[in-house]
Amino acid sequence: MLDQKKLIVSHAPFWHNGSRITNRSYHTMLAALPAVLAGIYYYGIPVLGVVCLSVATAVLWELAINRVAKRPVTIGDGNAALIGLLLAMLFPATMPWWAVITGTFIAVVIGKQIFGGIGSNAFNPVALAVAIMMISWTDLFNFDGMLLSYDFNFAAVYPLALAKHFGSTSLESLRIGDLLIGRQIGGLGATFGLGLIAGGIYLMLRGFIRWEISLTFLVGVYATALLFNLIDPERFVSPGIHILSGYTLIGAFFLATDDSSSPVNGIPMLLYGIAGGIMTVLIRNIGAYIDGVILAILVINLVNPLLDKIRPQALGKVS
Amino acid sequence: MQSHKKGYVMLKKSFFGLSRFRIEYELLPARQPEPDKVMPTKKVTLFHSKNGNQNAPASFQTGDKVKTGQKISLFADDPAYVISSVTGTISSISPHTGDFGKTYSAITVDIDENEILDDQFKKQIQTPDLAGAVEFLSFAPGNPPLSILSEPETEIHTIVIMGADSDLLIGTNQSIVKSRLDAVKKGIGTLRDMTGIDKIILITAGESMQGFGHIGAQVKNIDTGYPAALPQMIMKNVLGEVVPAGKTCTDLGVCFLTAEAAASIGKAFKDKQIPVRKILTLVTKDGNQRLIETVIGTPIRDILNRYGVSINEEDRIIFGGPMAGSAVYSLDHPVLPDTNGIVVIDRSDAAYASDYPCINCGECVRACPAQMQVHMLVRFLEAGHYEEAADNYDLFSCIECGLCSFVCVSKIPIFQYIKLAKYELDRAKALETTETTETTEVTEATDA
Repeated sequence: MLDQKKLIVSHAPFWHNGSRITNRSYHTMLAALPAVLAGIYYYGIPVLGVVCLSVATAVLWELAINRVAKRPVTIGDGNAALIGLLLAMLFPATMPWWAVITGTFIAVVIGKQIFGGIGSNAFNPVALAVAIMMISWTDLFNFDGMLLSYDFNFAAVYPLALAKHFGSTSLESLRIGDLLIGRQIGGLGATFGLGLIAGGIYLMLRGFIRWEISLTFLVGVYATALLFNLIDPERFVSPGIHILSGYTLIGAFFLATDDSSSPVNGIPMLLYGIAGGIMTVLIRNIGAYIDGVILAILVINLVNPLLDKIRPQALGKVS
Repeated sequence: MQSHKKGYVMLKKSFFGLSRFRIEYELLPARQPEPDKVMPTKKVTLFHSKNGNQNAPASFQTGDKVKTGQKISLFADDPAYVISSVTGTISSISPHTGDFGKTYSAITVDIDENEILDDQFKKQIQTPDLAGAVEFLSFAPGNPPLSILSEPETEIHTIVIMGADSDLLIGTNQSIVKSRLDAVKKGIGTLRDMTGIDKIILITAGESMQGFGHIGAQVKNIDTGYPAALPQMIMKNVLGEVVPAGKTCTDLGVCFLTAEAAASIGKAFKDKQIPVRKILTLVTKDGNQRLIETVIGTPIRDILNRYGVSINEEDRIIFGGPMAGSAVYSLDHPVLPDTNGIVVIDRSDAAYASDYPCINCGECVRACPAQMQVHMLVRFLEAGHYEEAADNYDLFSCIECGLCSFVCVSKIPIFQYIKLAKYELDRAKALETTETTETTEVTEATDA
């Protein structure tokens, strides 16, 4: 036939629900934005510098690896940009430029691309980068020290450091309301509790992150902290402060929920979240580090494949 | 003319993603208008299935005259045949390859002006019996699986008649139950008499139970969410029997046939004539769904021309529905006895697959009606490790609904990988069997 039109023969299904990786990345970034804006409000323009440098270099590292490995360019999926943004949010506002570039290098190249790119990373790239940097340059994550030059109109304390060194009595003046609106010291995008909660709820409702992980993570933190607090209220701070300070909220909503390094089955997700929460408080209260979120997330990332073995039986499975 | 505009945008992910999503089958109104009659213009093509490498056909050649309803059997040693749906002259017999390497002989018949009905069926079949039905009705509209019923080694104890269509957008069998219940009822009666099987179940979607009083079968309604009308789901939800992975419904003694097939059997013995016209649902690019009646073998071109559907480069024409149908590459492709629907999708509306890796989001796992670990399975399938996929990740539990691909954020063609893996494993198994037989023969020869 001369008038034969070339039809495309593809496999079923011929419909798709329209979801895309790019959408996931950009909506997650959108959800993180309120907390970043609050950071700019409290710490000023330097925050903008750190965030922009972090996002830009994360994308450039990804591009560089794409080129070196002669693989398709993947910066369009927005995942590198998301990594850059989340990493910046964990930094203090005064992070030096070289540390930002090193951080994005560790996150994108060592945390993600070496494992084979998106979907293959065993650990959350952001958590991995922060963990390596915290151990390598302890001072950079000493928020009280890093933000010394600032003159805040509120009690400029990093609640977790204070609690660690001086017990819960030192935090009596701290009000939950202040913590919620970000009147505390911490990562530049990790202190504005209200914004992070709003972003988290948005992501959970849209299905971009799983509520099973985020909520159980928070439950784990709360329950464990409460237990410690009941046993020794002098030494261990109240669970509310654990939830609203340090990296707890950003960890629960943005780090523990990373697709690649978290489980997909129901019960494993619940266990994963709970374990993360418990580990966080254990490290904070009786461990060596001030904030346990990052290390707790790496630990649950590690057990994720094992947890995900708990799975429903497939239809008609002959055992 | 039945044509109602539907919000035909591809079903999109809903704004909220907390709950498990659900796609509804469309339920047709109780009163069904008569389907449009679309006749072939010049010729019809019949796909004669071809098992193995047979020699050139002996019984029929190009130039032979055939009558409407005449049985054409090309290969002497093969029970396969087709039924000529028109009266005319065979103008060509050529090989055709279908999906997954299935081979056919495509018999093209140029239509004569005067239609003559073949009377062989009438002569040979006085009372309905299974052997006669196998002999003449396997190519009837709806493709009744009569050979399954007649084979002694398959111990069929239940017949399930599908009055609901398994794929989305398609309303063919639903409509047949509504508008041709008499023929279906006759078919059920005939099936019972022929096979002696008492347990016959009619599956309906969203029907009220009234009006089925004397149908002669148990009537069961199924859930209206996709994929409730797939055989394995019916086995589980209606018959309460889960099909073990790797087994078929037939293995469990249950034979599925469509309402159209039942109606064909009923009609054939009532009229003493093999039916050659079938019903199908045509869905055009604008989303119009039409029920049409056409002759088996009619080229799609004739049907599309009738409704002025213009086809552009890279469009897709799908036999079956949008979730599990198969695309064809030529406008000359004919309507087959089991074609329930033809869906035309514009190239801008069709889904494209990508080669992005799995990001482990878990959407497929939550969508899978067979509770498979699709996110793990796909990693093995991508690497071609089919054996491990079958052993550790339940490849053979798949009921082939296509939901995993539908929800995949990375747009991985998961469903295609699964079908390919099953095909490759079956092929390897078949190869192994022949090799073992050969070795045994060799050993026997040496022994002798």
